[in-house]
This record gives sequence, structure tokens and C-alpha cells, in this order.
Amino acid sequence: MKKFLLGTLLALAPLCADTIVIQNATVMTEGPKGIFKGSVVVKDGKIVDLGEKVMVPAGATVIEAGGQYLIPGIIDCHSHIAGSGGINEGSVSVSSMVDIKDIINPDDIAIYRALAGGVTTANILHGSANSIGGQTLPLKMRWGKSAQELIFVGATPGIKFALGENPKRAGNPQGGRGAVGAIQVGRYPATRMGVEDVIREAFNDAKAYKVEWDAYDAKVAKGEHPIPPRKDLKLQALKEVLENKRYVHVHCYRADEILMMIRAADDNGFKVRTFQHVLEGYKVAKEIAEHGAGASTFSDWWAYKVEAIDAIPFNAALMTKKGVVVSLNSDDAELMRHLNTEAGKAMKYGGMNETEALAMVTINPAKQLGIDKTVGSIEVGKDADLALYDGFPMSDFAKVQKVWIDGTQYFDRDKEVAAQAAKDAEKQQLLDKEKTTQRQPSTRRPQ
Amino acid sequence: MKKLLVLSFLWCACALAEAPSTVAIHNAKIVPVSGPVIAKGTVILKNGLIEAVGENVAVPPDAWVVDGEGMTVYPGLIDGLSTVGIPGAAPAAAGGRGRGAAQTAAPTAQAAPAERSWGPEDRPQTTSWLLAADELQAGDKRVETVRGGGITTAVTFPTRGIFAGQGSVIDLVSGEKSAEMVLVPSVGQYISMGAGRGFGGGGGGGFPSSLMGIISYVRQLYLDANHYKLVKDAYAKDPRGMQRPEYDRALEGLMASPRFLLPANQVIEIDRMLRFGAELKTISPVEQHLILYGAREAYRPEAAELLKKANVPVLLSIHWPTPPARTADSEDSNETLRTLIERDKAANAPAVLQKAGVKFAFYSDGAESPRDFQRAVKKAIDAGLSREDALRALTLSPAEIYGIADRVGSIEKGKIANIVVTKGEIFDDRTQIVMVFVDGKKYIPEAPPAGGRGGPATDEPGAGVNQ
Repeated sequence: MKKFLLGTLLALAPLCADTIVIQNATVMTEGPKGIFKGSVVVKDGKIVDLGEKVMVPAGATVIEAGGQYLIPGIIDCHSHIAGSGGINEGSVSVSSMVDIKDIINPDDIAIYRALAGGVTTANILHGSANSIGGQTLPLKMRWGKSAQELIFVGATPGIKFALGENPKRAGNPQGGRGAVGAIQVGRYPATRMGVEDVIREAFNDAKAYKVEWDAYDAKVAKGEHPIPPRKDLKLQALKEVLENKRYVHVHCYRADEILMMIRAADDNGFKVRTFQHVLEGYKVAKEIAEHGAGASTFSDWWAYKVEAIDAIPFNAALMTKKGVVVSLNSDDAELMRHLNTEAGKAMKYGGMNETEALAMVTINPAKQLGIDKTVGSIEVGKDADLALYDGFPMSDFAKVQKVWIDGTQYFDRDKEVAAQAAKDAEKQQLLDKEKTTQRQPSTRRPQ
Repeated sequence: MKKLLVLSFLWCACALAEAPSTVAIHNAKIVPVSGPVIAKGTVILKNGLIEAVGENVAVPPDAWVVDGEGMTVYPGLIDGLSTVGIPGAAPAAAGGRGRGAAQTAAPTAQAAPAERSWGPEDRPQTTSWLLAADELQAGDKRVETVRGGGITTAVTFPTRGIFAGQGSVIDLVSGEKSAEMVLVPSVGQYISMGAGRGFGGGGGGGFPSSLMGIISYVRQLYLDANHYKLVKDAYAKDPRGMQRPEYDRALEGLMASPRFLLPANQVIEIDRMLRFGAELKTISPVEQHLILYGAREAYRPEAAELLKKANVPVLLSIHWPTPPARTADSEDSNETLRTLIERDKAANAPAVLQKAGVKFAFYSDGAESPRDFQRAVKKAIDAGLSREDALRALTLSPAEIYGIADRVGSIEKGKIANIVVTKGEIFDDRTQIVMVFVDGKKYIPEAPPAGGRGGPATDEPGAGVNQ
């Protein structure tokens, strides 16, 4: 009988783990339920119930939150972590042939650190060295999983564009005046008008490429067997932009170049999905809203370069008032760890309430990335991507206690702290071992 | 009398290599690798081939007899990835980006390109048409050094660039003509993925300057090969009214390669390259087998699992990582726990792969002086690899991986007479390699200087290939 019982328990074990109830939490849903004190029920990785009173399913693992704050996992709309071998293919002005997906590095410790900062999803972007950069995609911070398992299934992939100083700076000859050694060949463009030209020329090529392929596809549809055109990875990505299958994320600063980009997109028949940085967005918020683009900006970072000189910390709030979906991003592995306080700054600058502020690192970036059907808020049916803070989450003093992605716990502060000693000991042991082996006299061949 | 004359003539003609037409190694322990060990037997070599092997093999009257009492006979060892025989072999293209390695890997393939590349159409860092066999130089000093460790055969590759060229299987004979060395002219394309550069990259390096750039370039070249073949075939069928396809030697070289080698050290790189390799196989217009090289982190069971599942063979670098020089002041290591574990466990890799049933072969990766080579293999044995499996990873396994097991890799009748004769168990510290036969030619290795080291060691599999 005892054996039988044990067997049943073992059989049930994985099922139990699949159902979690986080109870007695202050839940900031960023969804229709607003903020309430109560429980969230997670089953098979999805949120299945939430409210002040919920039915605790039999066999569920109950987590007592003790009044702590539960929020949707933070989403960073602009990150460069988790890549191997560089995130800029800066050698060419149009590098749309390269893809972050090819170089996902699940070993990057920045993933775990982001997780420890409550981040569950990040949009991994190519760098800003060129007018048209590489292909991008959102990842979930599933630390410990393989590269493929980090990919946000169902999310529309993106592509990075960049305007202004970065793409034109990379165009200057390396070295310049007084440089030691040979001055190397520069790369077009070296001006803002050159940046626009590169983008427009690339889409001229992409449209011609699309015509060629559409003609081929039409023939195939009619049952013919023509030789297909050459597949060009560079133009293929832009063809996908024209077909609305790939989101355009544009790195930008100045109002004039934002308007330029909107015109270039309109002329070529595609939409900008998000303007990134967009520090002068408050000057052209109406136009951004009309185009239907989102804006992913910094909280209060400015004057770190000339084109960031007109930035104001009210940018996010002002753009929001004009109807733009605004998010706050990190663009940085360190800043990524405290996006919660970045959101908090919007409460000071612009008078947003806590829900509006938190939205800028949860549901708003989800909308911008087209993943708001599954993440970004705590609602029934959404992925159980959750972060538990020990205090008001936008306070500097709040610490992340636990983080779940798809109902699986990927971070636990207590466990992490407790495990440190063992890791230190293991490291010391290995160091000691190396020292002893080194001291051993080497065996020598008899002479 | 006549025979004696011939013999002495040969003696004069070839001071280094003695080549009596028939050699009998008599009363020796024989380890054929392909079959059970013969405690006491005879191997007959004739005209560069193995004429007979067994316990009761009669010694032909015209044979030059080696008394094998107290000696062991092994098949000649095969270095699965090398640049031996190619003079002034290129600065190595690093195999994958190991932690912190990319920055230190000396001149990579990216150094001093002839012309700045603006995209895949410029075919950057591509010499896929190069054939190691055509680059060989008879009398390369390294041939003798490497042979001293019992290596009779090497799969030698051009290694400069992304598509570096096609490797050839060569026998390490010291001859007049390099052509004598060639067993198989083309066995596969060496692809390297040297490090990327930082921000900008707008300088002289050109495209590609990042790992994702290299990957996209490799993918594009395969796509181009696919398209090229379609157009070429259509043109061959009926050229009338069709513009002729432009000849592209980069694509011709790629299509002439029966295998392709991709670099992968870390588990994540093994995962990445297995996927990428599988993708390239679907694009490739010709049948190509995938081989991974490096496999530094193959001591981790996840790596073995991935390789086993993909059923892809691995060339495993025996250049095990060593600790950086530490001074009394730098006792506190800033190295991560992971780096320390890697160093501690690296040499377990072959035993782990063996247990998982992954096909693997060793390559010297710069550890090619006889002493470095012996020590490196011994380290793997000490870490749990059986002697038999270690030997197989240097004989029959590489032969199978490259499809040459019908001619080398074991002591069997009819195979090429590549033989190592030792006093003591091969790979043991005190074992002496008494003589080496390559294509039936006898070589007596110089006794290595005690404690001597070969070329400078590098920490990056692939990077030591040319040392």
C-alpha cells in the first residue's frame, strides 16, 4: 500500500509543478483588472485565473506572496544582449542579410541578470552602425535553455534601421587626420542625406527584387517550372518588410530625420513599427501617432551626444498624450536590470500614474512588438510571465524575488543567494587543484 | 648478389627513407585496430602495401627482416586536421569564438585583405578552389617532426579565410615530388568563422566583420551555388537562346568539396553549427557531409547528446587548455568558474564522446611535436579514454570520417603500408617510437630532446593548426 501511494505521488509530481497559485499578492495586472490584492493561478504555463478569491486547484503549488507585488514580466524593446561575435555588421551600409537569430548566445550572463531585474522578454536588435542593419527578433529570457528555446515563438521578426550620427560616423574614413598607419577606405554615407539615400536606394532594389520573385511565383502557381531568380538574403529581408512580414525598428534622435523616415516609408509602402530612442519625438508626436508607429525611448538620458542635446525627460509623457504607444528601453545590459525604476521616473516627469508608468515597460512594448496577445499584462489566457517584487515595483528599493516565464520559475533570489557559497567553494577547489598539479615535478624521459 | 646490389643502390638513393621492396616485421605484438591484438605475429610489407599480417605468416626469403621481439606494431596514426606539408602555412583561422579567444588569436583571416569587400558578391576571404594537394611542398620540415610522433598520414587543409579551400589526405613521406604524398586530393572544404570586429567596422576589413555577417555570407554562397547549378544545368541542356552563366570559381570550389568542416567549440556553438550545417546541406546542390572541428566543450554531456542525435562526426582538438601563467601577485584568479571547469574537464571530452557513441577523431591542433602530441593523447587516456579508443581516434575513425578506411587506418592485407613500431605501449610517456613506415618506406625518428616542446601552443582549437 505504501509503495502504491509513493507511486501515485511520483506520478503526480510533474502535474503539481504545472499548476501554481501565487496568493496574497498585490497584483498590478496592466490589464482590465487593474490593481488588486489576491491571487493568480497558473496552469501549463498560462494564467488561468486571477482575482481576490480564486479556487486553488487540487495539487497546486501555493506560493505565499505575503503582500509582495506581482507584475507582468518586464519587456525591453531595445537590447543587445545574448549575441555572439558582435551585434554590428558595420562593414556595409545595408546589412539586412545578417540575422541576430543566427548568433543567439544563451550563455550570456546578461540574460540571467536581466531576469534578476524582472525582465522576461527582450527585443534583441542589431547595432546602429548602418542605415539598414540586420534582422532582429524578441527572445524570452529562459536562462539555461538552448538558443532555439529562447526564441519568442509567434513573434514577428524585425529589422534595425539607423539614422543620424551612428550610420554616418561609421561612414567616415577610419583614422582620419593625424591617424597612424594607412587611412582605410571609408563607407558611404557620411551625411544624413546620404543615410536617406541609402534607405531609398535599398528599397528601389528590393521592389525590383520583389517584382522578379512575384513573377516567378505567379508562373509556379500556373504550374510552370521556370528557373527561380537568385535568392538574395539582403533584399529578401527588405521584401519581407514590403510584405508586412517584418517590423522596422528605427534608431533615431532628431525630429527632422524622424519626419524624413516617415516620408521614406510612406513613399515605399511600408510602416515603421517603432522609433527607437526618438529623443525629439515630443516635437513630432502627432506625426508619429498618425503613421501608427510606436516610440521606444529613454527615461531621462540626454546630452551624451550632440543629436541627443534636445532631449527632455518629459518625452515619454508628451508622446503618450499625443496618442503614441510609448515604451522605455535599456539599450544596455546594466540599465536592463532596473527598467522598473526607469518606468518610475515617468511618474515624476510628466505626472503619469503608476499603471501608465508600468505600462511603458510591460504592455506597451508588447504592443510595439506585436506580442500583446500573449504577454505584457496579467490576464487570463496570457503566458505566465511574472515578476514578484518585495516592495512597490517602481521604487529604487524594490528587489525582484522571483521570476516566472511560461509558469516556470527561472529566478529565485533566495536560492541564488544561498547557492553563492557553494559556487565560491567549487571555484576555490578548482584553483587549488590547478596549483597542486602545477607543483608536481614533470616526468622526464630517462636519458 | 643482384638483390644485394639493388638494395645498396636504394640505400644510396634515399638516405632518409629506406625502401626495400619487402619488409617483414617478425615476432612482434601487432595491434591491427580493425581486429583483435595478435600477441606474436608477423607483418609483411611489400611495394608500399601490407602484403600479409597474422600469427603464422611465412617470412618471404627476399624480405628485409625486422626482429620484432619486444616491439609493438600499430597502424600509422592519422592527424585528422592539419596544415603539414603546406609551406609557411597561413596564420590560422580560429575555430569558432571561444571565450576570450577571438581577441587573442593572432593574425586571423581578416588581416590585410587584398581588397575591401562590399558584400557577398565580392566573395570575401574565399579560396574554395584551393586544393591542399596543389600547395604541398616536398621537404617541408614539419613532415619529419610530425612523423616522429607516429603520424604517417595527415588530412591537410588550406586554412586562410572563410572558405579556405579543400583538404587533401597525404602520406608523410619525405620525397622528391609532392605528388607522391597525395592519397586523396579533395576530401572537404575548410570553413572558418574568425572573429568579428567591434562597432562600426567601416574600415578596411570589409564585409563580413561579425559572426552573423560570416554566417550570412556562408549561407549566401550556398544559395548562390544552388542557383548556379540550376542555371548551369539548364544551359548545358540547351544553350540556344540562353545567356551563358558566368563562371564562378568560388562556387565551383564549393561544389567540388565532398565534405564541409564547420568550427564549434562551446556547446552553444555545437548546437548552432549543427543546425547551420543541416540547413546548408539542404541548400547545397551537391551531396556534402558535415564534420565539426574543435569541440572544446565536448566534455559536457549536452554536447555529446547533440552530436549523437545529429549523427555528425567530430574532429576533436587535443590541444587541451592550460592555465595562464600565474605570478605570486595574481593568485586571485579573475577567471570564471566556468573557465576553470572547462580546463579541469576538457580532456574528459573523448571519453564522454566515446561513451555517447559519437564518431570522433583527434587532431593535433599545434600539439604536433612528438612529445606534445604524446602527452596530449595520454592526458585523454588518463581522463578515462581507453587505450583502444584513443588509438582508434587516430587511425580507423579519421579514416572512416574521410572515407579512406579502405586504404589506411588499420593493419590489414591490401592497405597502404603505414606502420608504427614501438617499444612499449604507444602514447605512454616512456615509449620509444623505433621506426615508422610510410608507403612502405622506413623512417627512424630522431630521439626527441627531453622535455622539449614543439611549436608555440595556442588555446584555440584551429588556431594551432599551423604552428
